[in-house]
Amino acid sequence: MGPYPPDADRMVMHIEFVALVKQVPRTGEVEVDPETGNLVREGVAAQTNPYDLHALEAALALRDRLGGTVTALSMGPPQAEDTLREAFWMGADRGILLSDAAFAGADTLATAYTLARALRDIPHDLVLAGMQTTDGDTAQVGPGVAEFLHIAHASYVLRIEEADRREVCAVVDAGDRVQRVALALPALLTVTREVNQPRLPSFRRRLATRDRPIETWCREDLAPPEGEEAYFGLEGSPTWVEEIFPPPGNPERETWRGRPGELTDRLLAQLEEWKYL
Amino acid sequence: MSVLRVAYENCDGCGACVAVCPFDGVVLEEGVPRFGAGCRVCGLCIDACPRGALGLPGEEDAGDVADLSRYRGVMVVSERAADGLDPVTLELMGEGRRLADALGEALSVVVAGADVDAEARECLVHGADRVLVLDHPSLAHFRPEPYTDALEGAVRHALPSIVLMAGTPVGRSLAPRLAVRLRTGLTADCTSLEVNERGELLQTRPAFGGDIMATILSGNHRPQMATVRPRVMPRAGRLPVTGTLERLPFRPDPEYPGRVLEVREKPAADTVADADVVVAAGRGIRRAEDLDMLHRLADALGGVVGCSRPLVEAGWLPSTQQVGLSGRTVRPKLYIACGISGAIQHVAGMRGSERIIAINPDENAPIFDVAHHALVGDAYEIIPALLDRIEERGDARAV
Ligand SMILES: Cc1cc2nc3c(=O)[nH]c(=O)nc-3n(C[C@H](O)[C@H](O)[C@H](O)COP(=O)(O)OP(=O)(O)OC[C@H]3O[C@@H](n4cnc5c(N)ncnc54)[C@H](O)[C@@H]3O)c2cc1C
Ligand SMILES: Cc1cc2nc3c(=O)[nH]c(=O)nc-3n(C[C@H](O)[C@H](O)[C@H](O)COP(=O)(O)OP(=O)(O)OC[C@H]3O[C@@H](n4cnc5c(N)ncnc54)[C@H](O)[C@@H]3O)c2cc1C
Repeated sequence: MGPYPPDADRMVMHIEFVALVKQVPRTGEVEVDPETGNLVREGVAAQTNPYDLHALEAALALRDRLGGTVTALSMGPPQAEDTLREAFWMGADRGILLSDAAFAGADTLATAYTLARALRDIPHDLVLAGMQTTDGDTAQVGPGVAEFLHIAHASYVLRIEEADRREVCAVVDAGDRVQRVALALPALLTVTREVNQPRLPSFRRRLATRDRPIETWCREDLAPPEGEEAYFGLEGSPTWVEEIFPPPGNPERETWRGRPGELTDRLLAQLEEWKYL
Repeated sequence: MSVLRVAYENCDGCGACVAVCPFDGVVLEEGVPRFGAGCRVCGLCIDACPRGALGLPGEEDAGDVADLSRYRGVMVVSERAADGLDPVTLELMGEGRRLADALGEALSVVVAGADVDAEARECLVHGADRVLVLDHPSLAHFRPEPYTDALEGAVRHALPSIVLMAGTPVGRSLAPRLAVRLRTGLTADCTSLEVNERGELLQTRPAFGGDIMATILSGNHRPQMATVRPRVMPRAGRLPVTGTLERLPFRPDPEYPGRVLEVREKPAADTVADADVVVAAGRGIRRAEDLDMLHRLADALGGVVGCSRPLVEAGWLPSTQQVGLSGRTVRPKLYIACGISGAIQHVAGMRGSERIIAINPDENAPIFDVAHHALVGDAYEIIPALLDRIEERGDARAV
């Protein structure tokens, strides 16, 4: 019989993984309370950014295979603790929330700075982020963090092939091409949904981590060096949202009604007019 | 500490700010608004407040005007495809030219890579005033770290007021790194750009998966950086060459932490994003076999079949064909949605299509909000009949 677990000889490694997770408003899902029939809007309908579950899963799977720890790191309001709890239920070892009124109004530059500043005090060999969020939707925070930390990054990772203490090998989407890249650690990857299937939160882990504290760090804990005091939140954000408005309506719409035969005729005529047929 | 300024003497605690806030950034505490970490300072509540009690937190520091004015002109960062200049570069140049003309300033284009003379010339014949070439073997394949160094050099050399990059996987990997290096603002995936009389770039982009549009400024910093969504802006045309070509030095770090091991073309199945015609299937298609009629229609129109997420989840089509927020974004010339309700996550991936036809028996299906031709009807009646008619035509022509 071989060693147990089968990978025991490989588990000598200890790699520090950090998953960046953000709480976002729930999109497009209106829930109805089955008892009252009312719309459920209890406080903030929030969820973990779906891409970040893939980032966390990537970290957990590598840890389970290679050994090490997974820290989930989030910046957000106090209720973003829920996202870190969920990370515990999936298997994260440590949860850190960066929360301070001074962080509010951060654009991607200030967000990346704040996360990178915290990462100086968190051991990290491999940092995993989602490819983008479903709210701000910029895909900018991951690469920004890597630049602040002066480490390599790859965005839009389709597959993580192998990793060890020194290097990670991944396949990335580069538009009309895919690249296989090798990055020396520490490094940061932003992952697509293709990279894996996130595990479900487990009830067992939920019980086991019931008393595990979530660490909350404020601006003072991040101790910005001289000259960087104004890098946080609104003050540290070069971009500002000038205006928010609904997407343009659809004045061009033509509605076609009628018997199926009539609709078919019109459709055929239209496709011919456009020269598709 | 409050993010927005509250004139408490005017506030009557009506809660209009709480009601209008899309981000849950404000709550009423003891009858007055308190802004929390959710506040994005979007200003909706300022307009919504019936008593004018809310304001921005003091006028922004207008920046060192003398310093900002050192930055002039529009810089486009080109992108390469497998066989030369990526067409998105011409779109950036078309838009860059328009903005440069509005400012009365010049348009420069950076071409970075290895052996890029042909690409540089393409930029000259498409109207660049100035082409900056960074030609070095270590730039042969895209890696963010050397490219950031190279582009930083180009920006510090030319001091543009505006930098436009492609909203492609490569551009969106590189631009945020460069923006951090330059400590400046970057707006993602813009679909419309304008400049105002102060030379500020008004950058409009969809967010929340296309649910809202936001206009973003970063006018107190230079350069003002934006990535631009592909296939939205018109391409620059050919012009008599008047511009100049400059080679910039590039001294790579001898030990970049990343290497490209291999580059491959995307697998052929991944065509839904490139197709000119997409026939998209949703849950209104009841059985996997029924996809056959959509494949036949797609073939007849020279297109491919795409789908909504549930069909991928059911294993009927590969995930490469999924259109939407968590799938591909497509901008075909023609998009035919069959049995798709039009959830925002789906619409986010196809609303940019040039012409949208939707077939759905439910008049109120949200897909009709984005459709140009709304066919209220049953795909199972319309599509097979259409295929028959197309076949008849073919037969008629053959005789
Ligand atoms: C309508 C709207 C438009 C905006 N447009 C811009 C813009 O164009 N440019 C700009 O600079 N800012 C913009 N912002 C601000 C931006 O949303 C915030 O800076 C936000 O904190 C992070 O950006 P994101 O959500 O786009 O993250 P992304 O860059 O899309 O996130 C990528 C990954 O980074 C990690 N991550 C991101 N945020 C956090 C976090 N708080 N904690 C932990 N991990 C995190 C996650 O792993 C995530 O998957 C916009 C905001 C709004 C509301
Ligand atoms: C985070 C997140 C990401 C997501 N990403 C995506 C994504 O990328 N892409 C995506 O598509 N979805 C995505 N979704 C799922 C999305 O919310 C919807 O659930 C999904 O798009 C619905 O697919 P559908 O329109 O095919 O099905 P349904 O909503 O069930 O609609 C079926 C439609 O078919 C019509 N119909 C019925 N019979 C017929 C007939 N005979 N002929 C014609 N029409 C008929 C019905 O009237 C109905 O409108 C995402 C969801 C979440 C939460």
